Amino acid sequence: MALFEIENLIVEFDTASGPFRAVDGVSLKVDEREVLAIVGESGSGKSVSMLAVMGLLPWTAKVSADKAVFDGKDLLSLDPAERRRIIGRDVAMIFQEPMASLNPCFTVGYQIEETLRFHLHMGRKERHARAIELLTLVGISDPEERLSSYPHQMSGGQCQRVMIAMAISCNPKLLIADEPTTALDVTIQKQILDLLMELQAENGMGMIMITHNMGVVAETADRVVVQYKGRKMEEADVLSLFENPKSNYTRALLAALPDNATGDRLPTISGMMEEGGFTPAVAQ
Amino acid sequence: MSEIVVEGKNIKRDYAVPGSLFKPARTVHAVKGVSFKVEKGKTLAIVGESGCGKSTLARIITLIDPATSGELDLDGKKVDIAAGRPTPELRRKVQIVFQNPYGSLNPRQKIGNVLMEPLVINIDMPAADRRQRAMEMLVKVGLEEKHFNRYPHMFSGGQRQRIAIARALMLRPSLLVLDEPVSALDLSVQAQVLNLLADLQDEFELTYIFISHDLSVVRYIADEVMVMYFGEAVEYGTRDEVFSDPKHSYTKTLFAATPRADVESIKARLARKNAA
Repeated sequence: MALFEIENLIVEFDTASGPFRAVDGVSLKVDEREVLAIVGESGSGKSVSMLAVMGLLPWTAKVSADKAVFDGKDLLSLDPAERRRIIGRDVAMIFQEPMASLNPCFTVGYQIEETLRFHLHMGRKERHARAIELLTLVGISDPEERLSSYPHQMSGGQCQRVMIAMAISCNPKLLIADEPTTALDVTIQKQILDLLMELQAENGMGMIMITHNMGVVAETADRVVVQYKGRKMEEADVLSLFENPKSNYTRALLAALPDNATGDRLPTISGMMEEGGFTPAVAQ
Repeated sequence: MSEIVVEGKNIKRDYAVPGSLFKPARTVHAVKGVSFKVEKGKTLAIVGESGCGKSTLARIITLIDPATSGELDLDGKKVDIAAGRPTPELRRKVQIVFQNPYGSLNPRQKIGNVLMEPLVINIDMPAADRRQRAMEMLVKVGLEEKHFNRYPHMFSGGQRQRIAIARALMLRPSLLVLDEPVSALDLSVQAQVLNLLADLQDEFELTYIFISHDLSVVRYIADEVMVMYFGEAVEYGTRDEVFSDPKHSYTKTLFAATPRADVESIKARLARKNAA
């Protein structure tokens, strides 16, 4: 049975010019120990769909789904209190901007221990020990001293490691990583991705990796969902997606990679759309 | 041998960090003696991680900051802005496009005024001619004349970067410094902007200094590559030399860290995973 499954997810925002559909009927499934990548450009609804799952969208958003099951529990019928017990503990999320998603007013140690206190009801000493253990796990040197640092005293890569430490603090079953390396240098990106994959393999987590970087997809994913303008364009395992992309959009996306440049100029997606080779139909 | 547009000889830049009651003052050597030269119509790419001094070097080349020591030649003439403000003629030779198109445009300034401002400051020119030139430039970078009176927030990231490029080209510079111009853009938009840069380079015989940390972009656009590490140029050569035979260990690390999106490397990774 799938660890997490969602069917026909729709997210709408009310705007001055009528409702805007950010996510339009997306269905996803993640098994235990599986890494699912969601790829798409900005505005494709990839982050919004995961924020909807986490219940982090503002009240102006209308979220509906035919089915949303996590680990045998129906997320749709849960009351908010029960939901909060799952979110953050069994389902955790790593956000895109490490510098912006940590609270600048509290020390890193406080922010990690907050999760432990809230979800696992640990005592003070126990929390402290676990926080040190977590920082060591994500590869921060001098973890004991670092606990009393504020986010602004750390680099972007270190902040991202702290975010990861917070996310895995309760041994989640599902980890959602929303562009975890976009703000980072390639060398740091490599370290963070290696760390995530290592943790995923060790803890047997299911993982959803949201990204727009095809290289990151190629390096991490088992299965890939390609999204465009709120719709699912294609779903395939990673090898067949790169070897034999089914939808025209995926093909266009792969062709736009500078790695694959053959001639003098890169093919662009809008160019391909004008040529009529592109139909945004939902792949099933 | 063709004309050298820009040449740097042993350029250094130090920043003084003031001390306090508890800390003594110290000096940060941001750029430690970098030399380079670029021929007309070519692209030099500067690669390195954040904090390696590549943006500091860009500011020196663009005549924003003076170098602490070393020599910078533009069109064969020595330039020293520490001795005096650069003249309008000098300003017209070098322009820069910044990384973040959301931060580099004034939100309260209409696009037309964004484009005309460099002309107002540096060239004595009638208003009608300025307007004419701004309109032509808008079309050239793939926008339309109707965009002239709009504000930056009405544009997407890719369009804004086109505006930033248009602004940089208004003075018809011979050298354009591009500080990570596509790193904030989506893949498909990135391709469009890279194509635009290639078209403009052909049309105006522009020389580019292209700063990036994305090696796949660098491999696509550069003629020559310089890899910087902690303020030093650890590798400098033609694109093919650097990519086929990296000498310095940092360059090798950089290549190894770049994610690969080809079928063979995916197969290799899956095989490793199944074996484990």
